[in-house]
Amino acid sequence: MRLYVRYLSILLRSQMQYKGSFLLTVIGQLLGTGCAFLSIYFLMNRFHQVKDFTLPQVLLCFSVVLMAFSLAECFVRGFDTFPTILSNGEFDRMLVRPRNLMFQVLAAKMELSRIGRFLPSVAMLAYGVTGSGIHWTWDKVGVVVLMIACGALLFSGLFVIYAALSFFTTQGLEFMNIFTDGGREFGQYPLSVYGEGVLKFLTYVVPLALVQYYPLLYLIGEKENPLYGLLPLAALLFLLPCALIWRIGLRHYRSTGS
Amino acid sequence: MIEMHHICKTFRVAQRNAGFGEAVRALFRKDYTLVHALQDVSFTIGDGEIVGYIGPNGAGKSSTIKVMSGILTPDSGQCVIDGLVPWKSRKEHVSRIGVVFGQRSQLWWDVPVIDSFELIRDIYRVEPEAYRRQLDELTELLDLGEILRTPARQLSLGQRMRCEIAGSLLHSPRLLFLDEPTIGLDAVSKRAVREFIRRINREKKTTVILTTHDMQDIEALAQRILLIGKGRILLDGTLEQLKKRHGGQKRLAVDYGEKGPDETVLLPAGLSAAGKAEGRQLYEVDTALLSVSEAMAALSQLGEVRDLTVTEPTAEELVVSLYREFHL
Repeated sequence: MRLYVRYLSILLRSQMQYKGSFLLTVIGQLLGTGCAFLSIYFLMNRFHQVKDFTLPQVLLCFSVVLMAFSLAECFVRGFDTFPTILSNGEFDRMLVRPRNLMFQVLAAKMELSRIGRFLPSVAMLAYGVTGSGIHWTWDKVGVVVLMIACGALLFSGLFVIYAALSFFTTQGLEFMNIFTDGGREFGQYPLSVYGEGVLKFLTYVVPLALVQYYPLLYLIGEKENPLYGLLPLAALLFLLPCALIWRIGLRHYRSTGS
Repeated sequence: MIEMHHICKTFRVAQRNAGFGEAVRALFRKDYTLVHALQDVSFTIGDGEIVGYIGPNGAGKSSTIKVMSGILTPDSGQCVIDGLVPWKSRKEHVSRIGVVFGQRSQLWWDVPVIDSFELIRDIYRVEPEAYRRQLDELTELLDLGEILRTPARQLSLGQRMRCEIAGSLLHSPRLLFLDEPTIGLDAVSKRAVREFIRRINREKKTTVILTTHDMQDIEALAQRILLIGKGRILLDGTLEQLKKRHGGQKRLAVDYGEKGPDETVLLPAGLSAAGKAEGRQLYEVDTALLSVSEAMAALSQLGEVRDLTVTEPTAEELVVSLYREFHL
C-alpha cells in the first residue's frame, strides 16, 4: 500500500507538468456529463416519470453508476490503456520487476482528470439523495456506499477483461466499450426500463443491475428485504472470471512474447 | 551461474500477402508460418564473466535475453540461473538481476531522475542504508551529480543511458543484462559506459551479458563471444580464438614509391595481393602458411620498400566474414 502511494505521488507530479491539457480534459468531461444530465432532465420534465421512477430517483441511479465509473477510470486506468503499455514494451519492464503484475499495471497509470466526471456525479447524488423522498437511515447510507464501491470494482473487472484480451490481439478491442462506456450510458436510468431481456443480461452476465437496480428498489422502499441492499456484494463474484481471463492472457503472452 | 540446456522456442506468425483481397481473406483464414526463434540453444556462463552476445537482427538475441530474464517461457529445454528457473520463480529471480533495454526507458519521463530511483528502491525493497551507499557510488562512477535533479525527458541520450544503467543497479544485482547499451551514443558517452561496465565487473564481480551491434563494445569488453544466427549458437569463444580461427589473417600495406612493385616476381604460398589503397599495395598473409617476417622478406624482393604497416582485421570485419561464412 505504501508503494502504491509512492507510485501515485510520481504520477500526480507528472500530470501536474501538463496543467493546460489537464484542465481541458476536465472541462471536456464536465461538458459531456452535463449533456447527459440535460438529456435526462428534459426528458423527465416532459414525462415526469420513467417507469414509476421520479427524476431524483433516476439521478440517484445515474450518479451512482457515473461515480463508480469515474473512480474505476481514474484508478484502473492502467488496464484501460493496457494495449499501449503492451506495445511500447512497458509490460516487459514490469515482468522484470519483483512485484505482482496486476499491482504494477494498476499503479502504472492514474487519470486524475476523471474528476471532471466525478464532481458532477457528486452534485447529482446530492440532489438525488435529498429529492428522492427516501427516508435515510444508516443502513441505507451504507447501501449507497456499497453500490458505488462495488460498481467501481465491477467496471474495474471489465477493464481487466479488456486488458487481458489485448494479450491475444495486441490492439484494443473496441467491442469491449459496449460494456464499459455502454454500461455507463445504460446506467443513466434504472435498468428495468430497458425491458426484461436486457435486465436479465445485466443481472447474470455483466451484473450491473446488482449494483444499481436492485439496491435502488430497496432504497426507495419498493422491496423490504435487506438482502436487496446487499446484492452489490454479489456482483463482486464477477471479479473471479476477470482474474481468470487475466491469468490465461498472461500465460499466453509469456509463451508468445508478442 | 547461468546454465542453458537445449532451449527451443517457436513462434507462430500470421502471414498474408499484400493487397485488399488478401486482407479480407485473412479475416476468415489465417496462414501461419512457424518461426524457429531458438533452436537447441545451450551454453554455460560462469560467475564474473562478461559475455558479448552478437548476431544479426532477428537471430534470436532478444529471445534469449527474454528467456533468461524470465519474460518468455521456452517450449522446451532447461534454464537454471543461480539455482532458479527464471519463468517459474519470476519474482525471486528478477530481484537478483538488472536489465537495461537500450531502446526503452525505465525512468518516469516527467519527474527528476532521483524520484524514479527512489521508486525503484521501494519496488526492490532496498534498505535505505544500502541504497544510499549504492547511489553515492553510482553517482560518482557514472558522474550523475547534477543530472539526478533533472527530469528524464530533458536528458541527452548519453545522460539518460547512464541513468538507465544506474537504475538497473540500485538493488545490487549479481547479473546484469544489457541490451544494446551504447546504441545511438556519441563516442565520449560510449567510452564512459564501457569503462563503467568494465569497472563493476572487475570490482563487484557482476556478471554481464551484453548484446550489441557495435564491435568496439565487444573489443573493449567481452572476454567471451557468443554468436547466434537463425536461432542457433554458431560460435562460443574468445575474441582471440575467433581471430585465430579465421586463419590468422594479417594485412600488409607496402609503399613502394613511384616505381611500384615488380609484378613479375612470384609470391610465395600464403601471400596474396589484395589490391591498392592510398598509393600503397595491399597484401594478405595467411599466418598458418607463412610468418609475417617471411612475408616481409618476400615483399622486399619486389622493389624498394619505403614504408610498411601490418594490421589485423578489425572485429567488425571479422564479424562480417563470420556472418558470410554462416550465410546469415
